[in-house]
Amino acid sequence: MPKEHAVYGELIRDLREADFLKFYRDMARIRRFDHEATALQRQGQMGLWVPAIGQEAAQIGSGYGVGPNDHIFPSYREHGVAITHGVDLMSIVKMYRGVNHGGWNPHETRFHLYAIVLGTQALHATGYAMGLNFEGRVGTGDPENDLAVIAYFGDGATAEGDISEALLFASTNKTPQVFFCQNNQWAISSPVGTQTTVPLYKRGEGFGVPGIRVDGNDVLACFAVTKKHMDDARSGLGPTLIEALTYRIGAHTTSDDPSKYRDADEVAYWQARDPIVRFEKFLRKQGIGQDFFDEVAVAGDALATEIREATFALAEPPLEGMFDHVYSEPHPLVEEQRAWLQNYEAALDGHTPPPAGDGDVSYGGTR
Amino acid sequence: MSNSVELSIAKAINAGLAKSMRADEKVLVFGEDVARLGGVFRVTEGLLDEFGEKRIFNSPIAESGIVGTAIGLAMRGFRPVCEIQFDGFIYPAFNQIVSQLAKLTNRSEGFMQMPVVIRVPYGGGIGAVEHHSESPEAYFAHTAGLRVVSPSNPNDAYWMIQQAIESRDPVLFFEPKRRYWQKGQVNLDEAPQPLHSATTLRSGNDVTLVTYGPMVVTALQAAEVAAAEGINLEVIDIRSISPIDFNHIVESVKRTGRLIVAHEAGTFVSVSSEIAAKIAELCFYFLEAPVLRVGGFDVPYPAAKLEELYLPDADRIMEAVDRVLAY
Repeated sequence: MPKEHAVYGELIRDLREADFLKFYRDMARIRRFDHEATALQRQGQMGLWVPAIGQEAAQIGSGYGVGPNDHIFPSYREHGVAITHGVDLMSIVKMYRGVNHGGWNPHETRFHLYAIVLGTQALHATGYAMGLNFEGRVGTGDPENDLAVIAYFGDGATAEGDISEALLFASTNKTPQVFFCQNNQWAISSPVGTQTTVPLYKRGEGFGVPGIRVDGNDVLACFAVTKKHMDDARSGLGPTLIEALTYRIGAHTTSDDPSKYRDADEVAYWQARDPIVRFEKFLRKQGIGQDFFDEVAVAGDALATEIREATFALAEPPLEGMFDHVYSEPHPLVEEQRAWLQNYEAALDGHTPPPAGDGDVSYGGTR
Repeated sequence: MSNSVELSIAKAINAGLAKSMRADEKVLVFGEDVARLGGVFRVTEGLLDEFGEKRIFNSPIAESGIVGTAIGLAMRGFRPVCEIQFDGFIYPAFNQIVSQLAKLTNRSEGFMQMPVVIRVPYGGGIGAVEHHSESPEAYFAHTAGLRVVSPSNPNDAYWMIQQAIESRDPVLFFEPKRRYWQKGQVNLDEAPQPLHSATTLRSGNDVTLVTYGPMVVTALQAAEVAAAEGINLEVIDIRSISPIDFNHIVESVKRTGRLIVAHEAGTFVSVSSEIAAKIAELCFYFLEAPVLRVGGFDVPYPAAKLEELYLPDADRIMEAVDRVLAY
């Protein structure tokens, strides 16, 4: 380890066995969840699933490096980060099942809604962090007061202009912020070389945002590097870009077929570096016994059953739910169309159809 | 007597911004060159001295970044008012406006409100180079989740900017740039009406003429010309493009039986398309003639030497008046 990286080692040395076990439990938990969600999609219970298999160390490690009051701006694959901050996994299932577009309360979870258009969330994170600066929530040294923000995105998203603009705004505003890039090496079928010719951790340098690359399959390293730079950001030292080098062992989504564009040898190479298997070896060397791993396996099966049952129990969204929260204040067009649909549905149910328009002022209208 | 002053539209918006910033410390103003310079049209002139650089500041020249950070600031509880320097520069921010700003309230089931105002000087008539004279309001009016308004006079400009800032929804605030220097009385005490209501600026019983923004002055000129010919135009300034106060238009058309809609934007799939369709639906038995539209042509906004031909003037409105009365 280079001398200047000794600080990360100290953060790892501060961890207790209970922390190690927590990290492992969550990595295994989210892996099991991913398998169950994929199975549910295959059975037609979800429109789509986006697995994070292979990225558990990057997500669980970095997630626990984020302070409990900090704000997290995810992309759409950060299920692991979500559980480190207490987000109900069913919120995510609901979205991919097509019940809603998210719908959890980011003010409460501090884990913001999934962002599907790549890179957009990095600007929201930067704006949020600018607000923390304006409010004096940075660099006071009071741990109750100071906050930071982290934006997650992938190697593919770095090509989007919004990531570049977010790095720039973060630099010029010296925001309390970490940019966490999970380089899983594939953007659907495009290898990372399609997005960049320069290592991604260097992407921020020209904007004035220093970068560091971390082994994204090493949960302890991901924890330490994230914690260090979130702490620095909270202290007023400005933004950092972290590139977690990992690998998307699974498909981009359940609609994808990676066998069409990448070698089995490459996948096998990374499967041999599976972050969960790797951490298990570490824990066994630390003297953690089989009982623990058995317990985790049982908990995983219980979670899978719970998710499956909760998915089947999910209520269909109310028919006119699409008209809710289009605006925060009343809007005549939305109300007109809501009323029209209610009348139309009532008529289909055998009720008397609404009277035809007589040319008077009525927004009933034709559809 | 009410407390009234004479201001230009630019100064009225400035005064409205200042009033909102005084009333609520969460109101922030930012964009390209808005701070020391006061913006290229000087609309924000002097605000830096009063409010300091934490309340009004220059952004990098990156429109997506301006709107994207405004969204983040709104998530934190601020009320950002950002300026897009010219109409034709808003497109780099289109994704953040349409896919994020407009949808976040819905996506979060109401947990995230988006009280963001985007000010856009728009329209032609100032002899500018390309991309400085466009009327892109229909793109935004078409997008659910956004509100779109455009004042036409100093009093409305003063009140509507404050009402837009108070709105808990995102508002696209289109400022008629060629009318920035047009002066008028501003009532400093009382808002004339709610943000999304239309207003009748001139009463008449022959033809209803509906317009907004920079074309309001042109419409009133046409009404003068028509009056000299013995034709009484009723001129309605809709003020709000989304939502549109259709009740107000319907009430008028029921009396006149004739409707013309005028704006600078090309007429194909435009604000006038929507008004024409809706009025045909709501006033079918009252119409004496088809709804006619007067607008720019459906071509890229032409070079400055040709813009007088592109922009509808009083004569072009009168041509439509003659046609609508021929039925």
